[in-house]
Amino acid sequence: MTAEARHETAGERLAGLLLAPVRWGMNLIDRPMTWLQRRLGLGGVAAAFLAPNLLVFGIFVLFPMMLNVAYSFTGGGALFLNNRVFVGTLQYETLLSCRDFLDASSCREDRFWRAVGNTGFFVIVQVAALVLISLATALVLNREMRARGFWRAVFFFPVLLSPVVVALIWKWILQRNGLLNAVLVELSFEPTLWLVNRGWAMFWAIFLSIWAHLGFYTLILLAGLQAIPRELYEAAEMDGAPSWRVLTRITLPLLWPNLVVVILLALIRAVQVFDEVFVLTGGGPGTATLFLVQYIYETGLAQQVRNLGLASAASILMAAVLIVLTLVQLLASAWRERKEQR
Amino acid sequence: MLRKTTLVAALAATASFGAAAYAQEPVELRFMWYSDGNEGDVMADLLSRFEEENPDIKVVLDNVAYTVIRDQLPVQLEAGQGPDLARVTTLKDLAPHWLDLRDLVEDASYWEENFGNYLDWMRPEGSDIIPGYMTQLTVTGPFVNRTLFEQAGVELPGEDATWDEWAEAVKQVAEDQQIPIPLAMDRSGHRFTGPAISMGAGFIGEDGMPAVIDDGFKAMAERIARWHEDGTMSPEIWGSVSGTTYRGANEEFANAEVVMYYSGSWQIAQFEETIGDAFDWAAVPNPCGPAACTGLPGGAGVVGIKYTEHPEEVARLIDWLASEPVLKEFYERTLFLPGHKGLTEAGLDYQSDNPNVKESLDTFVGAVGNLAPLANRMPSWEWANVVYFAIIGRLGQVVAGELSLEEAYSRIEDDIAQQVEEAQR
Repeated sequence: MTAEARHETAGERLAGLLLAPVRWGMNLIDRPMTWLQRRLGLGGVAAAFLAPNLLVFGIFVLFPMMLNVAYSFTGGGALFLNNRVFVGTLQYETLLSCRDFLDASSCREDRFWRAVGNTGFFVIVQVAALVLISLATALVLNREMRARGFWRAVFFFPVLLSPVVVALIWKWILQRNGLLNAVLVELSFEPTLWLVNRGWAMFWAIFLSIWAHLGFYTLILLAGLQAIPRELYEAAEMDGAPSWRVLTRITLPLLWPNLVVVILLALIRAVQVFDEVFVLTGGGPGTATLFLVQYIYETGLAQQVRNLGLASAASILMAAVLIVLTLVQLLASAWRERKEQR
Repeated sequence: MLRKTTLVAALAATASFGAAAYAQEPVELRFMWYSDGNEGDVMADLLSRFEEENPDIKVVLDNVAYTVIRDQLPVQLEAGQGPDLARVTTLKDLAPHWLDLRDLVEDASYWEENFGNYLDWMRPEGSDIIPGYMTQLTVTGPFVNRTLFEQAGVELPGEDATWDEWAEAVKQVAEDQQIPIPLAMDRSGHRFTGPAISMGAGFIGEDGMPAVIDDGFKAMAERIARWHEDGTMSPEIWGSVSGTTYRGANEEFANAEVVMYYSGSWQIAQFEETIGDAFDWAAVPNPCGPAACTGLPGGAGVVGIKYTEHPEEVARLIDWLASEPVLKEFYERTLFLPGHKGLTEAGLDYQSDNPNVKESLDTFVGAVGNLAPLANRMPSWEWANVVYFAIIGRLGQVVAGELSLEEAYSRIEDDIAQQVEEAQR
C-alpha cells in the first residue's frame, strides 16, 4: 500500500467518523419521511417543507400588505381597522387630484407630487450612476493588481455601516463648519451651505446613497465577472480583439444576468430611499429631497392626526409603480434571453 | 403513615415559604422618560430614594429619545399598551389615555390647589380628572449673546423693544462681529406662535375651531420671510429640513454663531453646561408687537397611564414625586421653571453659581406673569398641535423659496382643514 493510499484511507476514516452522527440522524428521520412521502406524495412533502416559510411570509409580509390595502380605503385618526371609517376611494382621489400633473403646486396633495417628482429624478440619476460606477469598479477590481483584497474591502466597507451612521458622517463633513468647508477655506475658496442649497442637497443625497451602497453592487458584478471563463478572453487576445470589443462582445453579454439583478435591486432600493437621506437633509431644503417613503412616514406617523388612510394609499401607489418597474425589467431580460437563444 | 405526614408537612412548608417569597416580590413599574439636560440623573436619584422608602415598589426608568415619546408612545397607547407612567409633552391630545389619580392620591385638594392651573392642559376636554403633574413649566423666549453686543458696542434693546428693533440691533451686531446668524428661531410652529400672538394673531375662532390666517399672523409670517431674504435669519434652520421636522439652533448659539436665539426656558440647563463661561449669555424679555410682548407657555408632565396593572402603586409614586419637598429638589437641581403654585410663590433656590443662569431664570419667571391670555389658552386647546405642524411645514417652504406667502396661507388653511376633518371622521 502506497503512502498516498494509506493517507486517503485515514482521511476517509476521519470523514466517516465525522459523518457518523449525520448518518445516524438521517436514518432516524428516514422512516417518518418515507411514511410522509407515502401519505402526501412527492408534491405534498415539498409543500409541507415550504409551509413554515410561507406561514412566516404570510404573517409578516402578505397579511400586512392586505391590511395596507384595507387601510387605504378608510379614514379617521383611529389606529385599529375596526374603529376606522370606510371612505371608499377618497384617499386615492385626494392623492390624484391635480389640475396639472407636471405642476405639483396645482395638486391637492402637493407634497405627495413633489415627493413623486423627487423620487423619479433620484431613481433615474442614482440608479444609472450607481450601475455604471459599480460596473467600472468591478472591472477594475477584477484585474490583477497589488493589494487587490484591500481595495475590495475599501469599497465594501461602507456597506457594513448603518445608514444613520453613514448620514451622520456626511452631515459632519458637509455642515457649515464641516470638513469640506474647512478644506475649501484652506484652499482660499468660499465656504458653501451644501445642505441648504436645493441643487447641492439633491446632489449629496445621490452621492451619499451611491457611496453607501456601491460595494454591495460591485460585489455582485465582481462575482459575475469571475464566473466568465478565462478561455474566452484568451481567445479574444489571440484574435487581437480591441478591449472595447472584448467588453461589449464578451464581458457585458455574459454579465447580463448579474446586471439585471443589480439594476432591479438598485431600482427597488432607490424608490424606497429614506433613512440616510432623512438623517442627512430631513427632506429639505423645503421639499427638495423629500422622497416618497418620507412622505408616507410623515403623513401616517408624524402628523398630529395620523392620516393612516392617505399614507396607505400612497404606499399602494408606490408598490404599484415598483411592480410595473420590476415586470418591465424581467420582461426585457426574458426577451433578451430569447433573442440570444435564437 | 409517619413518612406520609412528614412529606405533606414538608410540601406545605415549602409552599408557604414560596408564597411568602412571592408576596414580598416588589411590584415593578415601568417609567418612560426622556431628558433634555440632567433631569434623567436627578429623577434616577429621586427614584432610588423612593424605592428605599417603599420596598414593595421597584421602578424601572426607561430613558428613551424624545422622538420615542413623540412618535411611538401614542401608537402604544392607542393599542391599549405602554408603560405604567411617562413623561410627556403631548399633554392634551393623549389625555384620554391618562390614569385618573383623583381617588388614588392621598390629598386631592393639594393637587387641585398647586397644579390646578395646569391640570386642564392634560385633561380630556370637559373632564376634571387628576392625570399627573408638570415636571417643568416652559416659556418660549429669546437668548442673546451679550458678549457680542458688548464687543460691537451696540446697546441691548430694552424691555419694551419691538421685534423690528431687535432685528435691527442683532443685524448690526452680526455685521460688526462677522457672525453668520444674527437671529435664529427654532424650526417649530410652537415657537412661531408666541411672536405671532404679539403681532395680534387670534388662532382660535369663536367656535373654538382654528382660525389661523389673520392680519396678526400675516404680520409675523411676513417678517420671517423678509428676515430670511435680508439675511437677518439664516435658511440653515427653517429652510434646511422639510415638513414638520424640528430643527433647533442651540448648537450654533453655544458656538457663538448666533446673536439672538429664540427658543425657551428648557435650554438654560443645557447652556450652563455647553457654554459655561465661554461668553456672557442671558434670556431677555420677549420682544413686543402691537398686541403683546408674549412668549408661549408649555411644558412636560408626568402622567399615569390608565392601562397600568398597578394603578395604586403608580399613584403612590406620582404622589411622592409631586410632593412639595421632592418637587422643590427636582426643580432646583434641574433648573426648571416650577409648575407648582406653592413653590412658585415661595421661590426656588436654583443650584447654580452661574450668573447667566440666575438671570435667565429670573427673566423666564417674569415672562410667565407677562403671558397674553391667548398664549395661556393655547396649551389646553385641542387643535394647537395641528396648527403648529401646518404652520412650520408651509412657512418652511416659503423660506426655501417653494411657496409664496399667499400660497402658504392657503395651504396652511387646507392642511388644518384636512387634519380636523380626519380627526372628526
